[in-house]
Amino acid sequence: MSTTTTPRHELAEGSLPARTRAPAVSISEVSKDFGRGPDAVVALHEVDLLVERGEFVCLLGASGCGKSTLLNLVAGLDSPTSGTVDTAGNKIAFMFQEATLFPWLTLGQNVDLALRLTGVPRSARPERVEELLEKVRLGGRGHRRPHELSGGMRQRGALARVLAQDADIVLMDEPFAALDAMTRDAMHDEIEGLWAELGLTVLFVTHNVREAVRLSDRTVLMESGPGRVKEIHAMHDLPRPRHLEDQRVTERAGRLTHLLKAEVARHVR
Amino acid sequence: MSVDLSSGIGTGTPTSRGASPSPATGEPSRRAARPGAGVRRAVEVVWPKLLAVLLVVALWQAIYASGWKPDYRFASPADTVERLWFVMSGNGPFNFWMGVQNTIMRGIQGFALSLVIGTILGIAVSQWRVLRNAIGAMITGLQTMPSIVWFPFAILLFGLDSSAIYFVVLMGAIPSIANGIINGIDDVPPSYLRAGHMLGARGWRRYRFVVIPAALPAYVAGLSQGWAFAWRGLLAGEIIVSIPEVPALGTQLNQAAVNGQSANLLALMIVVLVIGMLASFVFSSIGQRVRARRGLTGFTAGGG
Ligand SMILES: Nc1ncnc2c1ncn2[C@@H]1O[C@H](COP(=O)(O)OP(=O)(O)OP(=O)(O)O)[C@@H](O)[C@H]1O
Ligand SMILES: [Mg+2]
Repeated sequence: MSTTTTPRHELAEGSLPARTRAPAVSISEVSKDFGRGPDAVVALHEVDLLVERGEFVCLLGASGCGKSTLLNLVAGLDSPTSGTVDTAGNKIAFMFQEATLFPWLTLGQNVDLALRLTGVPRSARPERVEELLEKVRLGGRGHRRPHELSGGMRQRGALARVLAQDADIVLMDEPFAALDAMTRDAMHDEIEGLWAELGLTVLFVTHNVREAVRLSDRTVLMESGPGRVKEIHAMHDLPRPRHLEDQRVTERAGRLTHLLKAEVARHVR
Repeated sequence: MSVDLSSGIGTGTPTSRGASPSPATGEPSRRAARPGAGVRRAVEVVWPKLLAVLLVVALWQAIYASGWKPDYRFASPADTVERLWFVMSGNGPFNFWMGVQNTIMRGIQGFALSLVIGTILGIAVSQWRVLRNAIGAMITGLQTMPSIVWFPFAILLFGLDSSAIYFVVLMGAIPSIANGIINGIDDVPPSYLRAGHMLGARGWRRYRFVVIPAALPAYVAGLSQGWAFAWRGLLAGEIIVSIPEVPALGTQLNQAAVNGQSANLLALMIVVLVIGMLASFVFSSIGQRVRARRGLTGFTAGGG
């Protein structure tokens, strides 16, 4: 395992042209406080992180360490108290921690709206909607309303909507937390396939260490109180496709879990 | 008077239990489609209402029979029903159907105008902080004004004319409609706004695709309440501002009272009640539909 505190700028596949090597996301000395005075919460403290174009980066950390806050800053939904976030004009899609399919639209209409707002012409949309729903294994369910879907189906619907946006950078906040192990496994294959196929840059928040090892090029281990980057673990030495049962994956996950536990314990003490 | 807009729709039908989706499965109940079940459900819904009507009629008959007031002041149910039938078949001292038509048309026109003004006002207030600070509280305050209070002012402004009636209808309905949309917009869940923003729904698209659809249930509730206020103001107006050459329900009510035609009066009151109920049924069905489509019915706080 290679542990680096400075980001390593190397890709799993070295085949991308040189001009795409510029970072897709540059986070430098970002701090974020909520509130003022004695009640202020320092959610993030001087976070530095560079994410390469086409890279899959997982954010791993205890609950409340500022992962969602960081994603919000990258998405431009909030602005840092100090420091800068630069996404180099890339188009960003966000899969939120909570379900945000619009309840007044059917699943298909939700995906259609994303296409429409992306500028896909009307004539091309119905086919594309069905295609995207197939991709997340919800083919033929387009007429259903979000409340008529299970929690896992809703998350997959949200994924279809994210894919519809044809973004360069995809931010995902614990997207598969609600899924059963089997479906999650399938979704891992799916998201990895899409990431490779579409050349996406993914920033993926999770509590699940194995998930991080399974998916990421690099995993950022965060510490809490205040939120900071503790360590960055490169996973380039683990060949893809990885499987959760692979010995090397389990081994790496074991070590990360150990670190995470130590971090949580330090914070609780 | 503070009115909870969110519960303003779907109420008034405590017996519609069978229509709600089953809370256990979250799936809409399709039981009603089974033969026999539909009839049973209809009976279930209808009999309490029927019983209530019968009770009222019985009480009415009892008071009448006690000889408390003379016939011309307090008619019997039988006389009233007969009279109702009589005027409805186009006979009687006044042009009943013309009156109904005029009153309903005034209601629809007044409400339509209130809808346009209230909606624009609501959107404007929820958009501009200055405007909200200036008149936000006033709109809520205006809702507490009984519409009858506007009449002296309206008559002074417009004279005994239809304009005075429209003015009062508007003053009653606009605040409710504006308030409905303001509350709706204020309560749009931030997560939908954030999702919409990331989808690219910015500027006017934010309204078109996120804010307005999300605010729809509260807006419909505001419309429903606005209609109720408009209808009250309208009837009050027609009773006060009688324009002899324009037959109208309120005018006829007034004349019936003045002429001591109790049966006529009661028959007309029943007509007013029925029209009001029909309208409120329309609004509550729309509200129910809007809510059901987004899964907001089923496991509710109320008994229905
Ligand atoms: N709007 C806010 N106002 C005040 N404090 C906030 C706000 N948003 C987040 N915080 C605080 O910032 C810290 C980080 O929150 P954040 O949601 O980013 O955590 P997280 O790492 O995503 O946690 P989880 O894994 O549980 O989702 C927490 O202490 C939280 O209480
Ligand atoms: Mg979070």
